[in-house]
Amino acid sequence: MQTAINHWIIAPLVLPGIVAPILILASRHNLAAQRVVSIAATLALLAVAIGLYGLAQDGTVRPYLVGAWPAPYGIVLILDRLSATMVLLFAVLALAIVLYATAGWDTRGRHFHPLFQFQLLGVNGAFLTGDVFNLFVFFEVMLIASYGLMLHGGGAQRLKAGFQYVTINLIGSTLFLFAVGTIYAVTGTLNMADLARKVAAVGAGDTALLGVGAVLLFIVFALKASVAPLHGWLPSAYAAAPGLSAALFMIMTKVGAYTILRVYTLIFGADAGAVAGIVTPWMLPAALATLVVGALGMLAARSLLSLACFAVVWSMGSLLVAFGLFDAGGIGAGLYYVLHSTMAGATLFLLVDILVPQRGGAEDRLVPAAVGHPVLLSGLFFAAAIAMAGLPPLSGFLGKLMIMEASRGSAAVTWIWAMLLATSLVAILAFARAGSVLFWKPATPHAEPAAAMPSLKPLPVAVFAALLGATVALTAFAGPVRREMGLTAAQILDTGAYVRAVLGPAPLASAGRP
Amino acid sequence: MEMLVASAIGLLTAVGVYLVLRRQTFPVVIGTVFLSYAVNLFLFATGRLTVNRPPIYAAGAAGYVDPLPQALVLTSIVISFGMTALVIVLALRSFLETGSDSVENSPASADEAEATQVTTDQARP
Repeated sequence: MQTAINHWIIAPLVLPGIVAPILILASRHNLAAQRVVSIAATLALLAVAIGLYGLAQDGTVRPYLVGAWPAPYGIVLILDRLSATMVLLFAVLALAIVLYATAGWDTRGRHFHPLFQFQLLGVNGAFLTGDVFNLFVFFEVMLIASYGLMLHGGGAQRLKAGFQYVTINLIGSTLFLFAVGTIYAVTGTLNMADLARKVAAVGAGDTALLGVGAVLLFIVFALKASVAPLHGWLPSAYAAAPGLSAALFMIMTKVGAYTILRVYTLIFGADAGAVAGIVTPWMLPAALATLVVGALGMLAARSLLSLACFAVVWSMGSLLVAFGLFDAGGIGAGLYYVLHSTMAGATLFLLVDILVPQRGGAEDRLVPAAVGHPVLLSGLFFAAAIAMAGLPPLSGFLGKLMIMEASRGSAAVTWIWAMLLATSLVAILAFARAGSVLFWKPATPHAEPAAAMPSLKPLPVAVFAALLGATVALTAFAGPVRREMGLTAAQILDTGAYVRAVLGPAPLASAGRP
Repeated sequence: MEMLVASAIGLLTAVGVYLVLRRQTFPVVIGTVFLSYAVNLFLFATGRLTVNRPPIYAAGAAGYVDPLPQALVLTSIVISFGMTALVIVLALRSFLETGSDSVENSPASADEAEATQVTTDQARP
């Protein structure tokens, strides 16, 4: 039975889903109207996300039955603390990005705002859906929009990197379908709650097949989350993408992490019988490898964008170390780190986007060059680097501390601490080196004078400052936020409540497939 | 029949994997097409292979075939069709802008240019 309040659950999908076609059809040639509608829609989305977050605060899992079809047969959307948190996080980021875009990025190519709205639709769908195939569909919506946003503005280098990005994701989608098909062939269902009930009852002859499906699915999600050794696409794609698209894509790696968390706690979690915790042995080594690869990449980076991209890979490593613990402490700490690294990563990419035009021909290469507005920009770089590298006083430090605290009970605690601390040191070194090259080393004599640099627009800097402010707020309210994330982690691990909320209390006589 | 379908899917996948590992964009595009054919067939087969069974309802039917994989395949065909169109346009644009159909970031080396036998000037209308 759907109540009126529950209909709000589908609003984060319906709203951008309606706005995007309107933008294309009605205001194709009117950028001012596009901006107004797009910002208004994003504001409305933020309001809805805040409302949904408030709704999820009571700790119940709310299923939304699309078309009122009963659960295992129709598609369900799920509002719980986790999905509400992710939707809210994305809405905040999206508002910052859409405001930033109006400072000029949306004039450099066509259809920025419609693509942006489709991106909102896809990501929100991926966070809210409770069905594996529906997850695939929303992944595709998200990816198609991201192809457009990545190629926004065009250019040879962007097209080359774009082709690689699209191809790797096409292969990822194919693997996703193979995984979905395998899981469906064994269990006869694709509803996540129904799967959670049925995987434990799979016959001994089919467990190997189910395990293959589970691991294939993990590979797909790990690809999206840029887990080593599947991280290779990220640095070239994000470095070639427009700065604000890269900042928006901070949420896309988090979608990968979110799906790993959701699927491997709910479906292949502790109660999954023969396939329980099937990816647990792989998760931690892969996350640690990601940390190392990210840190080494940062050290080897010869451009600021490449440094930022590997910093993202590195932060995904930290985050998956936390999720890889698969207990309430680790997941809670990891979720705090998700909030932090989304904001800090976006801050860093926006900084690069603000900085590059101020450096004349040097662009983002790490070579000494004259910089316009050196005092302000070096200050902003310093703040963004502190946030990203995880130094006190900003939230990256607290996030890392929480992850280390949470890993104390783990068998691999030595490895986790050693890797986290050592790679943090390398990250700090990389940022320190980049900062001193960018701002301190004297420019070569034949460089252009700083007076020729374009003036700094106030809006991008304000958006940057707001995102940095979000990081500061995360630090200041670390206690309450961490408690919220702790409650979220507890709810994630209480898979029984999730399954009951979707399918009702009576366990179905789980006859698998005939 | 199972053996035939399974080996067909395997063959399509192998061809697709081989082609997406090539260095030029065109074989890569064709490779993704082969992979999507393979996965569509695979999805179709997850509903088990049956002959002459109705999917939804027919009077006096002896049994039914699982209708869900057919719906999944339909969705997947539409998506892969759109994606293929996109990736073809992208490959073409990238070739016209850079004058090379190499998948790699680096500028086309001499032997690749020889292999393609098309220069930018000829390709531009």
